[in-house]
Amino acid sequence: MMPEAVGIQIENLHKEFADKRVIENLNLNIEAGSFVSIVGPSGCGKSTLLRLIAGLETPSAGTLKKASEKELNFSFVFQDPNLLAWRTVYENVRLPFELNDQLKKLSADEQDKRIVESLKKVHLDESQDLFPHQLSGGMKMRVSLARALVNSPRLLLMDEPFAALDESTRFEMQRELHSLWQKERMTVVFVTHSLFESTFLSERIIMLKGVGARVVLDQKLALPATREESLRTTEAFNKIVEGLSERLRA
Amino acid sequence: MKRFVPALISFVLLTLGLELIVRGGWVSETLLPSPSMVLQSLAEMRGDFTVAFKETLLNVLAGLFLSITIGSLVAFVFSLSEILKRAILPFAIFFQTVPIIAIAPLLVIYFGFGSPTVIASSFIVSIFPIIANTLMGLESASQSQRDLFRIYQATPLQTLWKLKLPHAYSYIYSGFKISAGLSIIGAIAGEFVAGGGLGAMIDSARTQQRVDIVFGALLLLSLMGLLFIGAMALINRIILNKRPLATLSQE
Repeated sequence: MMPEAVGIQIENLHKEFADKRVIENLNLNIEAGSFVSIVGPSGCGKSTLLRLIAGLETPSAGTLKKASEKELNFSFVFQDPNLLAWRTVYENVRLPFELNDQLKKLSADEQDKRIVESLKKVHLDESQDLFPHQLSGGMKMRVSLARALVNSPRLLLMDEPFAALDESTRFEMQRELHSLWQKERMTVVFVTHSLFESTFLSERIIMLKGVGARVVLDQKLALPATREESLRTTEAFNKIVEGLSERLRA
Repeated sequence: MKRFVPALISFVLLTLGLELIVRGGWVSETLLPSPSMVLQSLAEMRGDFTVAFKETLLNVLAGLFLSITIGSLVAFVFSLSEILKRAILPFAIFFQTVPIIAIAPLLVIYFGFGSPTVIASSFIVSIFPIIANTLMGLESASQSQRDLFRIYQATPLQTLWKLKLPHAYSYIYSGFKISAGLSIIGAIAGEFVAGGGLGAMIDSARTQQRVDIVFGALLLLSLMGLLFIGAMALINRIILNKRPLATLSQE
């Protein structure tokens, strides 16, 4: 049985870099198992918030709680696929098992099983012996996603992962990610610039804006649970995007 | 093979041109020996040249080996400790600016005449590019790749071994190539003051005004440099055939 998804409680969070206050008094509660997108203009603190959740930055003040800090129960997908050029697809996905002490404890068979499963989830089980320079942009991002899934994370943090992809690949990746989330039901915190992307993927959208990353919008989306490609042209979808766009410009 | 043809043609033309200039009496043989004269000297003194070549080669190999081993270790330590890097690297850069010919007499005082001084001279001249290039390569991994390793709670040694070192491959290889050439220069400078090898042979020929011997020794030194570069290119090709380590672009 899959362990429970991880929720996040953020209280009075502050983050400063030198003299610059990036996040000021932020309060958020992200429910376990939800798909939340964080949108906002460049430099509004979206990526900093994600890095704080991942533990890559430490808060200047306030608290940020996610279940079981000791356990590696989360993964991070960067904008860049971050693949190691000298490793095959399989070896790139194996990386977490080589680095993390808890994951190292799993038997070689179990590790192999999980790697193959992860590659199957992103439809790359046939390409496991290829090197990154032999892959397309979309395939590289799939490998990055497979590596993030290999430790069965209950929280998936994604920082504009599809921003560098062409439109058709981006749409394809969005569909795959959403259907993966529906199957696995981990918590996903997804940072993006794209209002269309956030609307297509999420259950809830949080918009940050201005100095100190103020929450100017926190909206649950009334869209079907399963996201078909046709959703992008529906009136309900476009109305949500329009509303978000107006709020962003305000 | 085709790409070597232009170089081969220019070499043959240059050699023929030199032969004609010297034989025609436009340049004195005491200043510039004809290629045939150089070859004749090499053949007549092949015993001396062979012994000197071997001695220089061994000294260069020892100096280069020490440079690679110690230089790489120093770069690894610097990449793991920012404080040590800041404390020591400026002195290494300063030391690099002192000409080896000015330090060589000191080395004779410390190590005496012969191989130890020559090896030390070769080592001093060739270590800096290895430290500088290796360090630059080790620091070239992107911030997001380092973040990825932090997320998986990798130790500093794991990050060095599995990320920084493979990422630094192209820089390290280029440092080795530069140092291979410099190690020969350092060894010859050392042999001028400490004796032995082709350096001492050149120095002794200078006093006898035997430019043919000097040119013969220079030819052998060029050959040694080519051998080093060829061997490194071969090793590089074998490694890259197994792993695409030189793909430095962000994947």
